Amino acid sequence: MSRGVRLVGLGIVKGLIETARNFIGSYRDPRRLVTVEYPEVRLPPVERARTFPMLVYDGADPEAGLRCVACKICEKECPPQCIYIEADRDARGRVLKRPRVFDVDCSVCMGCQICAEVCPFDAIKMNTEYELAVADRFGGLLLRKSQLVRSTEYHRTVHPQEAVEIDAQVAQARARAEAKARAGGGG
Amino acid sequence: METAFLIVSAITLAGAVAAVSLRNLVHCVLAAAVAFAGLAGVFLTLEAEFVAFAQLLVYVGAVSILMVMALGLTRHVTAPAGARAWAPWTVGVGVALLVLAAVVSAVPAAGGPQPAGSGWVAAVRVMGETLMTRHVVALEVLGLLLTAALIGAGVIALPRRKDEE
Amino acid sequence: MVEAIDQVFVNLKHAVVGWAPPAWQAWVSAGLTVAALMGVFMSLFALVVLLERKGLGRIQNRPGPNRVGPWGLLQPMADFIKMLTKEDVVPAGADRVVHFLAPVAMVAPVLLAYAVLPVGRNMAAVDLDAGVLYFFAVGACIELSVFMAGWAGRNKFALLGAMRAIAQMISYELPLMLAAVPAVMLAGTLSLGGIVEAQAVPAGGWLARWHVLTPWGLAGLALFTIAALAEANRSPFDLPEGESEIVAGHLVEYSGFKYALFFIGEYLGMFAVSGLGITLFLGGWRSPASFLDWVPSYLWFFAKLGGFVALFIWLRGTLPRVRGDQLMALAWKLLVPMALLNIAVAAGWHYSAGWSFAGAWLARWGLGLGILGLGYGALARGLYESQGFGPRVYRFAD
Repeated sequence: MSRGVRLVGLGIVKGLIETARNFIGSYRDPRRLVTVEYPEVRLPPVERARTFPMLVYDGADPEAGLRCVACKICEKECPPQCIYIEADRDARGRVLKRPRVFDVDCSVCMGCQICAEVCPFDAIKMNTEYELAVADRFGGLLLRKSQLVRSTEYHRTVHPQEAVEIDAQVAQARARAEAKARAGGGG
Repeated sequence: METAFLIVSAITLAGAVAAVSLRNLVHCVLAAAVAFAGLAGVFLTLEAEFVAFAQLLVYVGAVSILMVMALGLTRHVTAPAGARAWAPWTVGVGVALLVLAAVVSAVPAAGGPQPAGSGWVAAVRVMGETLMTRHVVALEVLGLLLTAALIGAGVIALPRRKDEE
Repeated sequence: MVEAIDQVFVNLKHAVVGWAPPAWQAWVSAGLTVAALMGVFMSLFALVVLLERKGLGRIQNRPGPNRVGPWGLLQPMADFIKMLTKEDVVPAGADRVVHFLAPVAMVAPVLLAYAVLPVGRNMAAVDLDAGVLYFFAVGACIELSVFMAGWAGRNKFALLGAMRAIAQMISYELPLMLAAVPAVMLAGTLSLGGIVEAQAVPAGGWLARWHVLTPWGLAGLALFTIAALAEANRSPFDLPEGESEIVAGHLVEYSGFKYALFFIGEYLGMFAVSGLGITLFLGGWRSPASFLDWVPSYLWFFAKLGGFVALFIWLRGTLPRVRGDQLMALAWKLLVPMALLNIAVAAGWHYSAGWSFAGAWLARWGLGLGILGLGYGALARGLYESQGFGPRVYRFAD
């Protein structure tokens, strides 16, 4: 406090010593510089980060392994209505359980991840890509199905914990279905 | 140098005329500052360096600032000045002519115009010694006057005590 | 050989002037000197702008600009191109003539101030008999440009900022000049060349008699530095252009190249007043000891200038901005009395130069430092308690 100060102006000297220590220390210890020099260095992915949606597929083939069955729940639940889905139809016109058209308008999408929460098949998840700058403001940000599909390996790299849990659930469900099919078929 | 003197005095006169005839008060003050700087130039053509720099320091650096502060703190500076009447003009011109006559008539009494470098030395050392020996009384009286002004300014600027409100 | 390197620029200039026809020689000589001075100090400005940003960055644990060119060396180039290509906005109701003239009125006096600085041996552009007074006279013209800048935009906030800036600059002119007075007094001349001459190595000694190596010189340099910081509107006294408070104050109506001119004026003013401080207290272009005389004089000058600039950057990175009333109190209640005390101590030092008893050196230093220390203690303590410079005491209403 003011009574305990011995010499007025000593605080300035202490401050100068501190900043000198910072200056010299920043050369001797590079870890002091907390700046991430983008784009040479990128920050590591964070588990709960999200930007825009992506469609997850199992296996190697995006068409065959796509988890989405075109149930259109995400399209109905999306608050700004930025998802547009058309189900695929076979030669006779019957609805197939996969989407022919799956468009997400990223200029509208607000990243609320409601679509990912309500999807019963864990087909649509949130991506973390942010380097999406395009020259065409309206058409360029309308992502088609081919631009939205990502493999489960990719899902594991952006959301490690979530992907592992979901893959475990998917594997369990598939195992139960196969067991039931074998039991039903065999018994 | 003749040409230097002509140029500098032209600047001084232009500044002085502008200072009394412009509509906008701030423009007048700035023109007055130009006139002061021109006067410093006139001193320089007479090789009186000390006086020239003192003129710049005091007039351009302090008196102009004083005028500017007075304008800025008292008037609504952005409003243009009112219409000019002719009576103050004639009085002003008359006074200027009187002052000119007085100065011109005083020059022969001081020994007539001296060409530059004729033995009159305006070196700083000589000025300092003269001030401290021949004119020391005037110097000290000026110092007392300035101290009184400073104390007066301090007294005016002191915050009033609450029981005097 | 040492002499040749030391005088290389002077001899070069004489050679070039010799090639010109005799009627033009004065003009060629003046033109060359002016061009050389402006070239050197403008490049120094560009370098210092970059060094300041990198230095501040390192102080704040970040690398500073390093994208443009290796180590960020082309950053001033990028800044210059940006400033040139920005739109020059003049407010609709502004006074166009005054708005245009204010940057000119800022940069021209600052460039004039370089005419008397002795950058090296025989390397002052003009060695005026009243050099110190010329320097201060030219510096006083800058305040008018500050007012012009603040008033021209017809912006009440700019005018307010300009008034505060002028108040700061005239308040700190007094400590600046009073701090320079002891140096002039003891050198016996107002000419800057003469002051540098007076700080030579005495016959039979090895250490130069710089003014800073005396008690009054030490205090004088400190006072001069603080007042110079305030005159140049540098942090911690950058209230006039505080970006976080009054958005550049009197400069708020300027953009593009005019703003760059003000920026240039501020930095060049900083170099000029540092140069004056070096000449008055640090021996100008003199080396500190006689065995270091082989280093060219201009290198010494620029090394000392670099030291000053580094100190200014260091202070900028360390200290928070001083509040308006604290600024005024510092000037009038601490710096002016200390400067007056300094003059008295300098006079005492001069008249006690004849002491030669054992321990005289200690007695002179002790007396000088003692008086200054007591004065500083009393004044600072008084300021501390009356202005509340210490930690804030809160009184709650119950």
